[in-house]
Amino acid sequence: MTTAHDAPQFPMTRECPFSPPAEYRRIREEEPVSRVRLPNGSGAWVVSKHEHVRLVLNDPRFSADRANPDFPVLTRQSVERDPKAERTMITMDAPEHGPARRAVLGEFTVKRIDALRPRVQEIVDDLIDRMLAGPKPVDLVEALALPMPSLVICELLGVPYADHDFFQSRTAAMIKWEVDPKERKAAFDDVRDYLDGLVATKERDRPDDLLGRQITKLTAEGTYRRGPLVGTAFLLLIAGHETTANMISLGTVALLENPDQLAALLADPERTPDAVEELLRYFTIADVVTARVCVRDTEVGGVLIRAGEGVLALGHAANRDEEAFPRPDELDIERGGRHHVAFGFGPHQCLGQNLARTELRIAFDTLFRRVPGLRLAVPVDELPFKHDAAIYGLYRLPVTW
Amino acid sequence: MKIVADTGRCVGAGQCVLTDPRLFDQDEDDGTVVVLDDAPEGDLADAAREAVEICPSQALSLHG
Repeated sequence: MTTAHDAPQFPMTRECPFSPPAEYRRIREEEPVSRVRLPNGSGAWVVSKHEHVRLVLNDPRFSADRANPDFPVLTRQSVERDPKAERTMITMDAPEHGPARRAVLGEFTVKRIDALRPRVQEIVDDLIDRMLAGPKPVDLVEALALPMPSLVICELLGVPYADHDFFQSRTAAMIKWEVDPKERKAAFDDVRDYLDGLVATKERDRPDDLLGRQITKLTAEGTYRRGPLVGTAFLLLIAGHETTANMISLGTVALLENPDQLAALLADPERTPDAVEELLRYFTIADVVTARVCVRDTEVGGVLIRAGEGVLALGHAANRDEEAFPRPDELDIERGGRHHVAFGFGPHQCLGQNLARTELRIAFDTLFRRVPGLRLAVPVDELPFKHDAAIYGLYRLPVTW
Repeated sequence: MKIVADTGRCVGAGQCVLTDPRLFDQDEDDGTVVVLDDAPEGDLADAAREAVEICPSQALSLHG
């Protein structure tokens, strides 16, 4: 057992843009449930095996309540909590969490998301038309990866896309590790104030968009309050564009760097769903988002975790666990490893996962078919990967064809 | 073999529907699981086992 003094620092840095930090492997093989030191000097547990990550994320003895003073914080200084701010469902536990999630789940069923496919396809086609008509090289993040999921989530929620620069810049400040706490809090407050105003207008106009429909439904049930809906809107807006955008850009690089895999994908469109699952597993971009605080002593893998201790369920370590995925470091689009935890696990597993799947399938299928000579415009080792953010991705992706 | 779904545990991720839409659907309003065929045979039984394995809230189980 390591002591607090020699516990490794967390978050850990990646040596290779396509792999989790090498330290993850050592931890998983030598001490799969072990201590780390966080930037603010406190300690926490990391859990690295697939089996244990699933256990922690689906066990009520591990709480998602970020207002718990023992909840592990990954920034150097914690953000002061505004007691007036409504909690969003990602920070709730049972029994509060279920009803909050179910209120909006009907909007995200497999069937409802399937019905959005033609519109997602249209958005992707329009963006690629514009890209092909313009000069080369082009930054794929700006041309496709970011505007596509942004347009989709804005239309679904009923948020004017004209305001996307505003909330994208605030999101960037929210997810960077090294941001002044005042700036981070201002980013949160700005987006909340904006959404509060937007929801207020929808209370009057009741438009046929997700927020309008929620107001109508919850008012009929007698449970409508503006605060919680603003919280839900906040969560869906932020989670809905940044994550998918990063997966589009990273997935594009991975496929370009593995031409045999890309050829297999192009040979049979039926392989796309499996390819998307594999890319999700391979990058696991929201690796550190799945943090918890233990609220009742629990043994995990023979190690006693005590109430009040923070736990980081490392999805990227779990998704490279040899016991769950043979040849875990190989990108194999025909793997069919649907048991990955890239969307998390347990009651908080990503609400928008089927929207993300649909967006990614359409993006990769359309991009590589419509731009057959697509290639990187700079060497891969010059690409600006997001090593400094809670959600991994690319700042820019210069491509040509 | 019989599929039993605990709709109280279900978190509506839809992974079972993705596994096999002949076996599972989701409630239109709250997204929770609706079992369409609770006694699958042959390759449908394999799909049922996969759905049980990947369900994020472990809301599905097989009996008999």
